[in-house]
Amino acid sequence: MVLVYSDNKKLAFELLSKAAEISKETKNEVIAAIIGKNDETYAKELVSYGADKVYIAENESETTKAEEYCEILENIITETKSEIILIGSNKNGKEIASRLAGKLNAGCVIDATDVSLDAGKVTVKRVVYSGNAISVQQFQTTPAIITVPSKVFDPIDADSSRKGKIEKKAISPKKSTSTITNISEKVTGDVNVEEAEIIVSCGRGFKDKSDIKLADELATALKGKTVGCSRPIAADLKWLPEDHWIGLSGHKVKPKLYVAAGISGQIQHIAGMRDSSVVVAINKDADALIFNSADYGIVGDLYSVLPKLTKAIKEKMG
Amino acid sequence: MNIIVCAKQVVEISEMKIDSSTNKPILSGLDKKVNDIDKNAIEEAIKIKDKTGGKITVIMVGEPDVKERMKELLAMGADEGILVNSPGDLDYSQLTTLLSGAIKKIGDYSIILCGEASTDMFSGQVGPRLAGMLDISQITYAQKIDATKDNVTGERNLGDTVVTLESSYPVLITVTKEINEPRLPSLMQILASASKPILEWSVDDLDVTLEQKVLTTDLQGISMDRKNEIYKDDSDDSIQKLVDNLAKDGVLR
Repeated sequence: MVLVYSDNKKLAFELLSKAAEISKETKNEVIAAIIGKNDETYAKELVSYGADKVYIAENESETTKAEEYCEILENIITETKSEIILIGSNKNGKEIASRLAGKLNAGCVIDATDVSLDAGKVTVKRVVYSGNAISVQQFQTTPAIITVPSKVFDPIDADSSRKGKIEKKAISPKKSTSTITNISEKVTGDVNVEEAEIIVSCGRGFKDKSDIKLADELATALKGKTVGCSRPIAADLKWLPEDHWIGLSGHKVKPKLYVAAGISGQIQHIAGMRDSSVVVAINKDADALIFNSADYGIVGDLYSVLPKLTKAIKEKMG
Repeated sequence: MNIIVCAKQVVEISEMKIDSSTNKPILSGLDKKVNDIDKNAIEEAIKIKDKTGGKITVIMVGEPDVKERMKELLAMGADEGILVNSPGDLDYSQLTTLLSGAIKKIGDYSIILCGEASTDMFSGQVGPRLAGMLDISQITYAQKIDATKDNVTGERNLGDTVVTLESSYPVLITVTKEINEPRLPSLMQILASASKPILEWSVDDLDVTLEQKVLTTDLQGISMDRKNEIYKDDSDDSIQKLVDNLAKDGVLR
């Protein structure tokens, strides 16, 4: 059996399409798990996206810890004899998958960008060395635990006439020794850098928070509203919320045009923007690493280059 | 309070080149260093020790050259190092089996600290996997820790939310790079660290069975081809050339 779990619905639908593809080859069933609210509408949706069976493990998801999620999944895996477990690769998914692998002493690959069967063996690919290489890995044992980030697989078209079993499971895991004492929403904007087609990003070359308007003005002139940034701006100086942060531990982006202003080009930043189609770098240091990863570059002070470039772009675009 | 920190040696990725004939990354000859985020874990361990007292033990798994990295962490403020000699390339199952074997041999501990991930692989698997093997609670992606004699509170950075967890001991915590600024050891500390013990354990010293669960069958380089057309000044002429090129590339519309 192939088991699919994610607390992100969209991601669960994407994983189901891969699970269905694998199950066709192995003539097995696709099982999806819901942990949290008893949500039959969502269960039916999972069926319409390819699940043959949905297990609903009802519990208070708000206060559920990784230890408890793992025990619930362990139960479902044992009962269904699942051999391949696909988990949505967000922060929760990754810590659950890794812990589960430790508990079951199973193989686990985090952030797979491809999953297939090669002569019966589960074979996956993942990006390593900050985006410099792809590693091909093969599971030698089952169960195989794999986390997959969003948008790696396309969901199938939902078919509401598909039939599937929905089963409620009463699993009461052992209480974790930890307690959630607070959950706070972070201040975020309405920006989604991962979907943006044009991004102007700022780095340490910016001297003041208010100067970010220079990047904003260029982004607007380019008819894209998206401003991104490197680690120092989001994580250290906190001039922009973290949803603007592009890099290995921030967001990975793939716009048509990426303008890096005042960004030195640390490998961790490059890992987040290397899939951009066209890259422009602006930096006053001619030796800045960012120029190696750029299609076009201007060696100059961003405080003079950005206004000039904004003006020239406006003229060009009319 | 006994604190265990798990650390890893990584290659300097920014120096990495791809062999154009084989399309494989060239790994030999690269400088090696302590994984950046593991230094944040050591720093946090020192802060906890300053407050509650205790002992910091660092565990590293790897080739003999890992000893050099270990000295750096001892100079920062760890009390003792344990080097588990690695029998070659390990998958996560084998690696965490060795770590948990070493931890069980140490026996008494309250907190295990790890970096959230390593800069070379960026899986973030070791911390929570180890917590699962040892069957202890976990606080991952901690951006802030407050430890007392009886319990610890950690703020988990989950991107759009921050979840605060309180746990009794033992607990495994993975930290993010934002949690602190790792100290640079002084010359005196570097000299003093020479007398700190580094124990070397082999697989046979640990009560473990290693089984490879995931085999790496290939490693393919990803080359990034860029035009690298760099204008050496910010004259109007350079700006105009850039704009014309962007128009030609079809990104202005």
